[in-house]
Amino acid sequence: MSELPLRAQLASVLGRSAASLSRATGRGDGSVIGGRVALKVEPDLLAKLSQGRRLALVSATNGKTTTTRLIAQALREFGDVATNEYGANMPTGHITALSDNKSAVNGVLEVDEKYLPQVLKATNPSFVVLMNLSRDQMDRASEINLLAKKWRTALAQSNTHVIANADDPLVAWAGLGAPNATWVSAGQRWKEDSWCCPECGGHLKRDVDPYWQCPECGLARPETTWSVDNETDTLVAPGGQQIKLRLNLPGDANRANAAIAAATVAGYGIHPERTVERLREITSVAGRYTSVVTMGVEVRLLLAKNPAGWLESFAVLDPPRVPVILAVNAQIPDGKDTSWLWDVDYRVLRGRRVFIMGERRTDLALRLETDEVPFEVADRVDEVLAKLKAERPDITKVDVIANYTAFQQIRTAYGRVQ
Amino acid sequence: MSNTSSALRIVWIYPDLLSTYGDQGNVLILKRRAELRGIPTEIVHVHSSDAVPEQGDIYLLGGGEDRPQILAADRLRADGGLARAAARGACVFAVCAGYQIIGESYGDDEANPLPGVGIIDIRSGRGQTRAVGEIVADVDPTLGVGRITGFENHQGRTAIGPQARPLSTTVKGIGNDDRTEGAYQGQVLGTYLHGPALPRNPQLADLLLRWRVGALNPLPPAWGERLHEERLAAALR
Repeated sequence: MSELPLRAQLASVLGRSAASLSRATGRGDGSVIGGRVALKVEPDLLAKLSQGRRLALVSATNGKTTTTRLIAQALREFGDVATNEYGANMPTGHITALSDNKSAVNGVLEVDEKYLPQVLKATNPSFVVLMNLSRDQMDRASEINLLAKKWRTALAQSNTHVIANADDPLVAWAGLGAPNATWVSAGQRWKEDSWCCPECGGHLKRDVDPYWQCPECGLARPETTWSVDNETDTLVAPGGQQIKLRLNLPGDANRANAAIAAATVAGYGIHPERTVERLREITSVAGRYTSVVTMGVEVRLLLAKNPAGWLESFAVLDPPRVPVILAVNAQIPDGKDTSWLWDVDYRVLRGRRVFIMGERRTDLALRLETDEVPFEVADRVDEVLAKLKAERPDITKVDVIANYTAFQQIRTAYGRVQ
Repeated sequence: MSNTSSALRIVWIYPDLLSTYGDQGNVLILKRRAELRGIPTEIVHVHSSDAVPEQGDIYLLGGGEDRPQILAADRLRADGGLARAAARGACVFAVCAGYQIIGESYGDDEANPLPGVGIIDIRSGRGQTRAVGEIVADVDPTLGVGRITGFENHQGRTAIGPQARPLSTTVKGIGNDDRTEGAYQGQVLGTYLHGPALPRNPQLADLLLRWRVGALNPLPPAWGERLHEERLAAALR
């Protein structure tokens, strides 16, 4: 990447200086400020930094950070990879990621859903990776039907290759706009945002999961070449090759992420067996799924930012004898509106010891009361642990499910474990 | 109640199209507050491809994005069941996009007026700005509900015709037009308080129940009342 024009080089250097300053003064990790400074100097910087690389853009409502990390891990097979692995997923973060790694030919960028059309245009990526779309922080996020339409239009104007989850009707409809596609059957647990045909609004026929079809206009799930069998923990690659996953990340959602990652890096020429080996090396992603041992208890942290995410978290909870702490805030990154709590079905928590905390625990209390799930109110994780230890000295595990800032607060309290 | 069973029949209209903001909460709270008083309930989910039954007690319509809103309005108009139920005197509780489409007309994303179901004398259009945030309003004193609180997230502006009355006077937030919030006409009631408006305002849930079954036994204050107080205090801080 040494042939960058002088102005772009300068922009890039200034950006990195600002980022270092940000880190040195403890203000942040520098991803955003660095990119912001660089963009002032050279507005076309993202396009210039992308030239000559083989990039994959990853977008979805849930799982983008994890899937980006999985793809990067597999691509390291070929050496350095330019990637925004700390989740700075807007153009400033992309510029920082690419500036930080000028020599890497391969790159994978997590992209905020709203920015995908713009970043697609600027970076001309080899692959666009799309997993799911569902309701999320609606006081500030775009309406997802509108988002899918914008994706579809942007993809139609590109010459990229889409790797997409065929089981999510909105995602599939968007991906069908692209000139080339690889379809993955990655599953869809949360279906409440896709009962209607994205093309005509008809009520989709979804009798046999994962198939779907519109009885009114005929839009249907595309044929897939990759799939996951959650029952047997198996990835099925094109031609029917079966590979045991045995990931160290929990749950069906991560099996889906792994399948999507394997299909993507196959486009770079990596064999799925080798990919899966590399994916097993990952045990946590930016603190998600991390366990911290405190007061002799293993506390596992699960991030859930929206109804679909809560559903996935419930699916990976330990057996019912393991207590769970639910923590909900409503700061700007969480969305200021807690209405989504009513879209989650909490009845699966009946029979389990439940504690609630966070700035909006009263909202959660009413929600649980309505679902007839008994709970106890708490202020802090260590207070819960002390109480549990006093009652059951042999207790070994507690799960925590938290939304974004609640998760970050808990993570900070136990050190920024990766 | 004119349905064959003695249960209070709660009909949730088009959860597949109009359920974007936790609208299920309104169904669950009505059911719970009825059952805590020994009133049995029956919940009916009506999908966009189903006919709307005419023999319900309370019909609920939720919020939705622009496109699903138009699809829902077209389907409700073609079906006719909701209008016939309202004409019989059934209670209708509609939120946000649902509130707009039960009126005479509403606006699409380019502000073109589209025909609504026409069971309440309101007309909605599109404002210059999006109204997003906590909202507080004082309900028409004749309804005995008091102060309500919720979250609004819409670009609509609603004018109230002579047949309908404003539900409330805005204390904080935008509502219909910066002065009033929501509307009612007989037992048809609509509001911009989106999603779980009834969980956050137990006294509004009780108004709907009272309309159907008469005087209610009081319930001991629980988390709903506590949340109501907490959100009022937070919004007016």
